[in-house]
Amino acid sequence: MINNDSTEPRPDFISIRNFSFFYGKKQALFDISMDIPERQVTAFIGPSGCGKSTLLRNLNRMNDLIDDIHHEGDIVIHNKSIYDPHIEVISLRKRVGMVFQKSNPFPKSIYENVVYPLRVAGQNKKSILDETVERSLKGAALWDEAKDRLHESALSLSGGQMQRLCIARAIANRPEILLMDEPCSALDPIATVKVEELIRELKEEFTIVIVTHNMQQATRCSDRTAFFYLGKLIELDDTQKLFSNPASKQTEDYITGRFG
Amino acid sequence: MAQETHKDLTRTMAAPGEPFVWISAMGLSIGLLMVIGLLGIIVANGIPVFWPKRVIEATIKPGVANPVPNSGSTITGELVLTRTKRIPILGPDGSKLEEQKEVQFYVGNKDAYGLNFVFANRADIESMKEPAEIFRIERLEYGIAFGYLQELLLANGSSISSQSPDFLQTLSSLVNEANERRNAIERIEKGDIGTINTRLNDLRVQGGDQKSSEIVALNAKYEALASKARTLRTEQSTNTLVFKTPSGLERRLPIGEIVSYYQPNTLTPLQQLGLFCHNIWNFLTEEPREANTEGGIFPAIFGTFVMTLLMSVAVVPFGVIAAIYMREYAKQGFFVRSVRIAVNNLAGVPSIVFGVFGLGFFVYFVGGTLDTLFFSNYLPTPTFGTGGILWAAATLALMTVPVVIVATEEAMAAVPRGMREGSLSCGASKWQTIRHIVLPASLPGILTGLILAMARGAGEVAPLMLVGVVKLAPSLPLDTEFPFFHFERKFMHLGFHIYDLGFQSPDSEAAKPMVFATTLLLIVLVVVLNLSAILIREKLRKKFSAGAF
Repeated sequence: MINNDSTEPRPDFISIRNFSFFYGKKQALFDISMDIPERQVTAFIGPSGCGKSTLLRNLNRMNDLIDDIHHEGDIVIHNKSIYDPHIEVISLRKRVGMVFQKSNPFPKSIYENVVYPLRVAGQNKKSILDETVERSLKGAALWDEAKDRLHESALSLSGGQMQRLCIARAIANRPEILLMDEPCSALDPIATVKVEELIRELKEEFTIVIVTHNMQQATRCSDRTAFFYLGKLIELDDTQKLFSNPASKQTEDYITGRFG
Repeated sequence: MAQETHKDLTRTMAAPGEPFVWISAMGLSIGLLMVIGLLGIIVANGIPVFWPKRVIEATIKPGVANPVPNSGSTITGELVLTRTKRIPILGPDGSKLEEQKEVQFYVGNKDAYGLNFVFANRADIESMKEPAEIFRIERLEYGIAFGYLQELLLANGSSISSQSPDFLQTLSSLVNEANERRNAIERIEKGDIGTINTRLNDLRVQGGDQKSSEIVALNAKYEALASKARTLRTEQSTNTLVFKTPSGLERRLPIGEIVSYYQPNTLTPLQQLGLFCHNIWNFLTEEPREANTEGGIFPAIFGTFVMTLLMSVAVVPFGVIAAIYMREYAKQGFFVRSVRIAVNNLAGVPSIVFGVFGLGFFVYFVGGTLDTLFFSNYLPTPTFGTGGILWAAATLALMTVPVVIVATEEAMAAVPRGMREGSLSCGASKWQTIRHIVLPASLPGILTGLILAMARGAGEVAPLMLVGVVKLAPSLPLDTEFPFFHFERKFMHLGFHIYDLGFQSPDSEAAKPMVFATTLLLIVLVVVLNLSAILIREKLRKKFSAGAF
């Protein structure tokens, strides 16, 4: 599932092309075009309501759940449009994992939470499930804390552990892309550090898109950063460059804290 | 000025909402008082039914007519109640001289007196005493007899006088034997002969040759069993107990007619307690006798229980499936809103309307069709085309399905959006999300709906009268006869039993205590069913709702 045939990461792994998005009559995204490179961390920043979460949630078509929406333009992952009528949204979501702002473990055991993506895909072989739990929990840096209580309820974990469990669940079925919607906004600083470390490790394997309100977080863990304002993509550049030498006045105002 | 202060006062009082606290508290208190009052009346009247009462012999003043026929000057019986008459004794000038009190006796011996209860003016009673040697005999027919035991006439022609030292012991062993024989007769007639009859009926319906070997064999078996039962029946009346009613009449009672007997006025408190428990046990486990006014109510308990369970089994899947479609799949719009309103209003349709519908649809249409398709051999005797426990449960399920739909919808709406999104983002389909995430998390809510549905269904009587409840059901809907579940059978129901006892029985005075006891039992049954559902719900709640959502 992970694209290992070309050693060179593709720079346009996700390609967003003239994408506009509407909630009913209200336009939320205006003509966005950008490429997201493979196996790098791309951060979306911007003030509240700027459309960064909307764009993120379009990458796995999570917005389909909302009534009365439509879009223009296209999003292409790995040379295939995600709106291709031949692609089922379920198979898209199997390739694009997601971690939410509020951790949302299911009221099941830790073990069952992690193997949930496999179970819904019809995988019930114990050896594979066991192997997945260990790999995913190790991947999410939760193995040491959780290995002795795999069959306890996931709801007995602490907030930071729950969020890492959600990350473990998101990577369990080896997606290609990992979407993170403000994954640390409900966590304390220590848990945040752990998750950020995790993001840096996970980019070896996954293409990560992260929405964040926290600009330090963007500088700490992303390779590229996109700044959104009022539904428009203002600037997209290497993180280093965007924060040290922004091309746009609006970006500069935002990152220096003059608004937002 | 004064007006302004008054205004100020109302404002300062009303503004913080203090009066509304009081009003709401008052509302709750009134509600609680009514509920507690109702339960209190039921418990206070239902429990003493089982406590053995003392028997009183009251002597009435000379010249006053005795309400009990041919009894001289005494009334012997259990004191049921004492009350003040509405009309007081008036003096010559029309002023009230004194209150008139009257007492009610349960005198039993209905076969001798033609009545069970009598009233007497308290003022007409000269004295009361509790004769130690009087016996209270519960009979299979004609209810209770009070009397003084005289002698036992045995089958071999000899007799034992009540003065003889082994009289009571002989009586006790004879009554025990008779009770065992009665059980044996019942086993033969209801069990063995019942099975043979069913089989014979099946063979006859299949149009088999009347001379076929199986029919001949069955008939022979039937004859053997029937003659055995006949022999046992004759044995039931070989020994006779002779006793004198308090009025002095000599009565002969075959031992087989005696259910139980004891001396009510010599009981120690411990014996009373024992009898109390024994009476409750019999009430719970025995079948009714004497037009339901005597004996137990086991078939009614069992019928109510089985019907409520059947109803739950039918109502939950229907309600949950309907709610899933309405909440998760249907496009929310005018149509779904109308359906939802219609479903809610369905809960307000009078239950008798559901009964009529159940009779027309389930019994006549569905049952009639089943009969013509699968049981045409039995026609014109209907199998499913008549009221039965299955149709009663289906009718009640239809009646209570709105409750389950509403509860399920609300529970599903309360499942956090994040959990659904989490599941969908894992690549789960909509159905998988509902099946693995939404439904388990809504189970407590669904159970709440079930609890409400059961409480309503178990207490409902009116529709049942049309679709399968009977005064006396010959057999239970579940027994040892293949195929064990007989959903086409008619059944007894506690709610209907209450109605039948209180308003349809030949002796409503005698049935009154049974009405209270049955009501108490129905409430207990509903509480037990609900408690078990609540326990399951609490367990599920603990499992699903702890955590940071």
